[in-house]
Amino acid sequence: MGKRLAVVLSILIVGLVLGAPQSPKREKSPKQKAKQAAATPIKVGAIFAVTGGASNLGAPEQKTAMMFVEKLNSAGGINGQKITLIVKDSGSKPENAISLTKQLIDEEKVLAIIGPSTSGETMAIKNICQEGKTILLSCAAAEDIVNPIASWVLKTPQKDSDAVRRIYQTMKDMGITKIGVVTSNDGFGVAGGAQLAKLAGEHGITIAISEVYDKQATDLTDVLTKIKGQDVKAVVNWSIVPAQSLVAKNMKQIGLDVPLFQSHGFGNIKYVQAGGEAANGTIFPCGRLLVAESLPGSNPQKKVLMSYKQDYEKRYKEDASTFGGHAYDALLILTEAIKKAGSADPAKVRDAIENLKGVVGTGGIFSFSPQDHNGLNQDAFEMLTVKNGKFAIYEKKK
Amino acid sequence: MMRLRMYYPVLVSALLIVALHLVLAAAHATYYMTQVTMSAYYALVVIGLCLLMGYAGQASLGHAGFFAIGGYTSAVLTTCNLSAFRDAPAIAALRSIGLVVQWQDLYGKEVLSFSPWLAFGAALLLAGLIALVIGLPVIRLKGHYLAMATLGFGLIVYRIVLGAQLFGRADGVSNVPAFRLVDGLQVNGRALFRVQNYYIAWVVVLAAMVLAINLVHSRVGRALRSIHQSEEAAHSLGVDTYRYKLATFVLSALFAAVGGVLLTHYNGSIGPSEATVMKSVRYVAIVAVGGMANLWGALVMGVLLNFLSLRGVFGTYDDAVFGAILILIMLFAPNGLLRVPNLRAVSSVGRASALAFQRVVRGRTTSTRRSHG
Amino acid sequence: MNFPQIVQYSLSGITVGSIYAITAIGFNIVYCTTGVINFAQGEFLVVGAMTAISLSRVVPLPVAIALAVLLTTALGGLIELVFIRRARDASVLRLIVITIGLSIVIREAMLHIWDETVRSLPYFTGTTVSTITILGAHISPQILWVLGVSAVIVTALTLFFRFTTVGRAMRACSDDRMAARLCGINDRWMVTLSFMLSAGIGALAGCVISPVTQTQYDMGAPLAIKGFTVAILGGLGNSMAAVVAGLFLGLLEAFTVSQFAAAYKEVVAIVVLLLILVFRPSGLFARRDVSALRTA
Repeated sequence: MGKRLAVVLSILIVGLVLGAPQSPKREKSPKQKAKQAAATPIKVGAIFAVTGGASNLGAPEQKTAMMFVEKLNSAGGINGQKITLIVKDSGSKPENAISLTKQLIDEEKVLAIIGPSTSGETMAIKNICQEGKTILLSCAAAEDIVNPIASWVLKTPQKDSDAVRRIYQTMKDMGITKIGVVTSNDGFGVAGGAQLAKLAGEHGITIAISEVYDKQATDLTDVLTKIKGQDVKAVVNWSIVPAQSLVAKNMKQIGLDVPLFQSHGFGNIKYVQAGGEAANGTIFPCGRLLVAESLPGSNPQKKVLMSYKQDYEKRYKEDASTFGGHAYDALLILTEAIKKAGSADPAKVRDAIENLKGVVGTGGIFSFSPQDHNGLNQDAFEMLTVKNGKFAIYEKKK
Repeated sequence: MMRLRMYYPVLVSALLIVALHLVLAAAHATYYMTQVTMSAYYALVVIGLCLLMGYAGQASLGHAGFFAIGGYTSAVLTTCNLSAFRDAPAIAALRSIGLVVQWQDLYGKEVLSFSPWLAFGAALLLAGLIALVIGLPVIRLKGHYLAMATLGFGLIVYRIVLGAQLFGRADGVSNVPAFRLVDGLQVNGRALFRVQNYYIAWVVVLAAMVLAINLVHSRVGRALRSIHQSEEAAHSLGVDTYRYKLATFVLSALFAAVGGVLLTHYNGSIGPSEATVMKSVRYVAIVAVGGMANLWGALVMGVLLNFLSLRGVFGTYDDAVFGAILILIMLFAPNGLLRVPNLRAVSSVGRASALAFQRVVRGRTTSTRRSHG
Repeated sequence: MNFPQIVQYSLSGITVGSIYAITAIGFNIVYCTTGVINFAQGEFLVVGAMTAISLSRVVPLPVAIALAVLLTTALGGLIELVFIRRARDASVLRLIVITIGLSIVIREAMLHIWDETVRSLPYFTGTTVSTITILGAHISPQILWVLGVSAVIVTALTLFFRFTTVGRAMRACSDDRMAARLCGINDRWMVTLSFMLSAGIGALAGCVISPVTQTQYDMGAPLAIKGFTVAILGGLGNSMAAVVAGLFLGLLEAFTVSQFAAAYKEVVAIVVLLLILVFRPSGLFARRDVSALRTA
């Protein structure tokens, strides 16, 4: 038995050794180093939830990231240096994200990591990236990611609190004060629910009832019946899962005929299609990607949005969503910073990011600072609505 | 002589572990240790489950639940900030004996929390108690009903950690501090401590293996194997089958909890994904492929498969691989891939008890056998 | 709670209850002939719905559903032939583990064939906003379809098992496989047939609930868990009881939401499962000998 065991373990060791990368080369002279630096590609890592519970976030993010890097490389890269993108699938599991992060930092020695897709995974690797002095540009929304600020960690999605503020302002304009809130039990929903509760008072909104549903729920008529019983004047749903369409449908089916506000997680035409007629009239704050065509030509974001939308839809034959946009923004910010810093030195690039102002992305126009690692404010959002099954800019009723 | 012989594999493993370290160091590839360390902690769960499934013959589709109980208890106790209660006499007393400690997190904030040793003890206690409470009614159930019940247990743990504010809901608990074992040794995921943690993990795992081997070769182990071969025969011979199954269940839960605590401190966080049904199914798949009653097989497969999975080798087919393993093993090699040559010993116990049973049934007198258990 | 609210919660409970019931029926058929709880049952629902959705782009809806049911039935038979039959003398537990593995593999296959986006069949009658008013409460007409299809399936199954030769042969197998074989019944084909039947019923169920629940590649497992909870609750093998148990669980969940935080809704089913397993594993309506299921 010991013999068998020894055989198996030796195979394991041999396999590991064979799989190990080359040992580092000998030291070079500075001139050789500089020449090499100009030619060696810049390694950038990416961790997305391509499979698993958050796959509706991770899949478009991965596609966007690959598309962005290919386009950049075919245009010659940054100052002649190409980007090598190493994408890993975390399966929506934080422990996998941790292992993959350490791989990217310790083995591949990447300059930066794009992603992960969910807040739980990001919080799990936040300290690792900070200690490993690797730039982390997260595509997850939680405020905890940048609060407290870790000097190497940033995020591209807009702030939940800004989305909530825009919703509440719109409600105020409509004269709505008493609302019901439903949120999903994933990280996004919980964070949104917290912000909704926190900011209600200062906008004169009363949350009469707040309920949490399972992200894999298949029917929400019972929860909505409970909401209906409280005689609310509007419902806010905060989730990124397909249940967003369920809320819309179930509300109409049980006769809860009040305005429905969604979060910026509604940013995918598939949810509108799934909701059918029930989705018409939904009001939600969102990045301007979804209404790129209806933007006036003078809008600073229009060019970037149209180009991303057309490229993505042409290549992948599916509608672009705001989730993919977060990955686009992350890469855009990184590459702009590398250009500005003139080098791929991590500390210099990180400092460059913190000094970036007015970078036009899909989620908004980014302006960073050492205290602001998100770079967006309320103006990143546009209030949108759904008309006849299509996204449209929400117009205040006079 | 038998006693020493059964420990040879432990010695061989220890040598191989050191050898692996030297090889990796020579190849400048010590970063592989990260995944090996993580896999070693997952293997603890598998060893416990192997005792339960392979030797006691009880299926468990909810073992990830015990891992989560261990991990979350430790995480919550070491991250809850007691600064507000600094002046309370109880806290001050605990502080003086070192069970409440003050430390600074990565962002400079001063945190007063329970010490990792206290949390470790609490985690084990809680896991053991819950295993006892769950086991009492559930161990009586037969075959697939037991499997269903353990599945239900795992689901409840998942729902609790996913839904409760205390456990961080969907985001889990992060900023979990390092576990200072003794001066100079700590369970910590930082690159600086990589080699140290590699050895800590393996010491724990080998200690668990020694414990398991001892158990298997003891009176208790023989009783377990007789239960697995034929419960009725064992019962008729006076083996208290219920008590042994329950004890094994609790022990396997403790193994899983230890793995949970240590991995949580190594990773610095834990999330609801550690308590899912899929995780429990993975553990079962690993025990199956290693050989149901083969402790070493379970260990090797546990480390190997988790290592490959954590490195993303299976890509987007990660879950599919484990599902396929389950199917293939159950169809073609239900005794696992790595055979135990001592199967003869196992089946002879079974044969002996079956023969004894027959003799009793036929009314022939046998030499008096008191119930040794 | 006022009366319309009680009716609304009841309708809500019936909505989810009917979904659980229709899933549980599939479990019972396979359990009857093999004693195995087929964890892959939930996946049949999703495969059926996904196939129907893809087909409905090229053929009219009823044809798409019919084809999807046929294809899934074939899949069920194929699975039995390739995987289950080989494990002839395996213990029930081993077979269950195989079905767990199958459910995982099927789910991952669906992810790679269809991707992760959510989709659904169009409502059979009406649209996403149509609603029928009953006693002051409202319900989508699709729910009546779900209830109707469940009723038809249960009736058809009862008639099939009672009056057709094949049906009676299957019942013989479930009672005593060896005896059935001695009577000349080809028990191996009965097992294949039972898998095919449960796959087909699952596919039909998946299609009819698709407009209500929406279809995503990973919804098979949660459905399966609720499904076998209900099957065990009613008593394994008893389809009529499964329907009653399903409706009961649905109502229990709906009224739990009315009184407590909706976050506890998911825990209800698990607690019910554990209680039933510990106190009455043969189910609420079973007539079987309970002692066969316990050891000590």
